[in-house]
Amino acid sequence: MNEIFTESVYFGFFLSLFAYYIGVVINKKFKSPIFNPLLISAILIIAFLAIANIDYETYNAGGQYLTYFLTPCTVCYAIPLHQEMQKIKENKLAIAVGVVTGAVTSMLCVLAVALIFELTHEQYVTLLPKSITSAFGYGISEELSGISSITVPVIILTGVVGNVFGQSICRITGIRNRIAVGLAFGSSSHALGTVKALEIGELEGAMSSISVAISGIFTVLVASFFAGLY
Amino acid sequence: MKYLNQIAIIFGVSFAGEIVYRFLGLPIPASIYGLIIMMILLETKIIKFEQIKDVGSFMLNIMIVTFVPSTVGVMTAVEELKTFLIPILIVLFLVTVIVMVVTGRVSQFVIERRCSKDE
Repeated sequence: MNEIFTESVYFGFFLSLFAYYIGVVINKKFKSPIFNPLLISAILIIAFLAIANIDYETYNAGGQYLTYFLTPCTVCYAIPLHQEMQKIKENKLAIAVGVVTGAVTSMLCVLAVALIFELTHEQYVTLLPKSITSAFGYGISEELSGISSITVPVIILTGVVGNVFGQSICRITGIRNRIAVGLAFGSSSHALGTVKALEIGELEGAMSSISVAISGIFTVLVASFFAGLY
Repeated sequence: MKYLNQIAIIFGVSFAGEIVYRFLGLPIPASIYGLIIMMILLETKIIKFEQIKDVGSFMLNIMIVTFVPSTVGVMTAVEELKTFLIPILIVLFLVTVIVMVVTGRVSQFVIERRCSKDE
């Protein structure tokens, strides 16, 4: 029975897409970011593999072809940046300040956590890119020899936290300026935060999606410096 | 041919990114070089947005699905995960809130100060 799975290249690919489809259906039904399609699909696949007694390598024989698309997908991040170029130029100071502040704060906080809990270097670099979108964060974790399969769920859950609590946090701490709200969402909780920022308003959403891309690039450029600190 | 040309451009730029990655040897993922190359091509209008529009939008839409296999990979790192679960939870909740507040407050301060200077 298991030979069908182990000998097929399409098994892992299909299982990934099918599980993601179920994730999207559940997400639509409950309309809550806690029911994130990526997290649901991962949980479903892990459960299925455990029950059917299939190991990760067998699944990933097909699954890896899906991962191959990550690089061209990341390249396409140039499109939203290109389209928003006018807004970027109009608000370049605010964006630059917001993005640099967000990225540096995030990495300094992770450094502090690493020092307090005496993490290993591997664990530290695994968590370092936690605030940026998975496309960039996954790459950084790989480049710095972190555990990228832990980095991705940490990034997704960070996005969920920002999405769920972001609006209240902004209200409580008096972040009212629409551009500042967008930058706060984008820098702290990437694409999932942007979904919330878009619900609050168009300008908030645009600023959030711009800062996701730019803080991703900025973090990539300085991450190896921060990796060297611990 | 339309889709094929668009795929060729996007995958060609991805390949160019890998070449730059090999030559520079910096700890920056090849995809980021590809992104920057694509950005330059679009801004200099060597490649027009229309030439990658359909496949580009498709790629952006399916991006998150490409992470399913690597997220499932967490099953191979469960033992490692257990060893630093509490720091992970702190990073997830506390650090996310701190980053949001600091980013929001600092950029709001800069924006408001610049506006009052303009008046």
